[in-house]
Amino acid sequence: MLLFIEQILNGLQLGVTLFLMSAGLTLVFGIMQVINLAHGSFYMIGAYVAATVTALSGSFLLGLAVALPATAVIGMLVEAIVLRRLYKKEHVDQVLATFGLIMFFNELTRIIWGRQPLFMDVPSWLSGSVELIPGIPYPSYRIAVIGVGLLVALFLYLMFTRTRIGMQIRAGASNREMAGALGINIRLLYTLVFGLGTLLAGLAGVMAGPILAVEAGMGESILILTFVVIVIGGIGSVRGAFIGALLVGMVDTLGRAFLPALFRMFLSSAHADGVAASVASMSIYILMAIILIWRPQGLLPAHS
Amino acid sequence: MHMLSQFNRKTICIISSALLLALLPMLATLAGEPYLVSLFSRILIYALAAASLDLILGYGGLVSLGHAAFFGIGAYTVGILAHHDFEETALISWPLFIPGSDSGLVAWPVAILVSALLAAIIGALSLRTRGMHFIMITLAFAQMLFFFFVSLEGYGGDDGLTLFSRNTLPGLDLGDDVQFYYVCLALLGAFLFLAGRLVESRFGMVIRGCRESEKRMQSLGFPTFRYKLLCFVIAGGAAGLAGALIANQVEYVSPGLMHWTRSAIILVMVLLGGSGTLYGPVLGAAAFLLLEEVLSIYTEHWMVYFGPVMILVVLFARHGLFGILVGKENRHG
Repeated sequence: MLLFIEQILNGLQLGVTLFLMSAGLTLVFGIMQVINLAHGSFYMIGAYVAATVTALSGSFLLGLAVALPATAVIGMLVEAIVLRRLYKKEHVDQVLATFGLIMFFNELTRIIWGRQPLFMDVPSWLSGSVELIPGIPYPSYRIAVIGVGLLVALFLYLMFTRTRIGMQIRAGASNREMAGALGINIRLLYTLVFGLGTLLAGLAGVMAGPILAVEAGMGESILILTFVVIVIGGIGSVRGAFIGALLVGMVDTLGRAFLPALFRMFLSSAHADGVAASVASMSIYILMAIILIWRPQGLLPAHS
Repeated sequence: MHMLSQFNRKTICIISSALLLALLPMLATLAGEPYLVSLFSRILIYALAAASLDLILGYGGLVSLGHAAFFGIGAYTVGILAHHDFEETALISWPLFIPGSDSGLVAWPVAILVSALLAAIIGALSLRTRGMHFIMITLAFAQMLFFFFVSLEGYGGDDGLTLFSRNTLPGLDLGDDVQFYYVCLALLGAFLFLAGRLVESRFGMVIRGCRESEKRMQSLGFPTFRYKLLCFVIAGGAAGLAGALIANQVEYVSPGLMHWTRSAIILVMVLLGGSGTLYGPVLGAAAFLLLEEVLSIYTEHWMVYFGPVMILVVLFARHGLFGILVGKENRHG
């Protein structure tokens, strides 16, 4: 039971990280109709900038405060220089060009920071653990990650439903010509949405920094999970991304934690661990396949 | 007259590159660079993988970002069969005993069949969607396979499998780099010939019609899903053959063969050479691997230059190398 609750919290933590990644990306897909493979690069940039500033200044908060605007600015620059020229191109061109961006950014980080991964310490004021439920201590830092993720989800929800800019983004998503005709500066809106998306990716990267190793290529492993989330949730839907992210986070974490025990009931233990590891590593893709058969457009498609 | 000159340019390009490839081992010996033979074997193998992707990408308009899955499965089929043959253990021991094999006449057709079967499953699921969904889903399934092989400890897991030797073919010694090179060249030539016939056939016309407007093809009464699926399966099988060859060339298979960046690189080769041309991807594979070879002499950070080059290709040279060589009017479809 104790282990189960701990794993649920781990799943939630992976889920909110995936939500931060997919919320921005699903908007870019849905609104601009552009497939962006380079989203993981901003996650990596966020982590690197935060790790560097934190190491130099000793303050995690300062690292966070520098990394967020840095990723947003780099994101908006990339949008203005490269992505903007791809909106009217075919998907295959977008894939090719954004893959070029990945190669560029990965190699650039290797040039600047070298091939050795950086390690980030958990800030001292978050290094302890808390008993959320009596008798079950859980690292404070991971609880903070979950808290930040849920706060961002709430913020995005309020922004989309209650503010003018949120309304404009929704209008741009459902009909870009009409929104433009009604006086919304679509070009600026696209840049802002892209900047918001990269900022969230940067935030996810900063928060993952103390948990994972900060290294070139770290963005791609989470990018694929983000794609699975978006396919499950439906392109262009932030609510879908939230549900998809939590589903993927839970299934992945719980599968890895409990499938071995489950398989040991049927198979010899040496054999069971191998099979369980294989099935667990495929579990989220199987989940995706099932949802795809049931609802090809995802759980909550934006234009339904 | 204009048409004729276009036709000539294309024919001249193809014949001269075929001649160059046929004479390459001799030229390499003359130049005292026998290493070129194995580099060009690698180019031919990737050319086969890229040309097979071009069938679905260039002619079908389906952007698959998971083509390396079939490449990797083909390689693993050869690797696993050879592994059991070497260890003299059973591939399957029940209900009937099936041993491994180190014969190319067994392993290669099995590699094609297994990857075609996998393509049928992945295609049946992913062809239910289109556009961005299709890209992400093919990518995700390929990654699923990657993780499956990473966690498959029985066959080396992350470390992969080392082959004891190359496969055997009657009358040939594949361990000899030059003979292996000509086998690759013959298989690539056969594929290009058959695929060229296929895209000009009624089947090919339906596939190309689907790229322009699937709705219209459906209105004409074509069961487009079945056509696209068959095309996906053919491309998957051919990529599996390429995988079987790469396993032989490097005598080693690992999950890295089906990592998604490999899929992306095969896609880059198609577009660099020019999609929807079949011959373009061959040029693209050669250009990519040669450029990688040359750039990595000067700097280990060659990707920092290659990335922006790809962006420029997208923005300014959309028809690829083949388009530049033969003129874009001569592109298929």
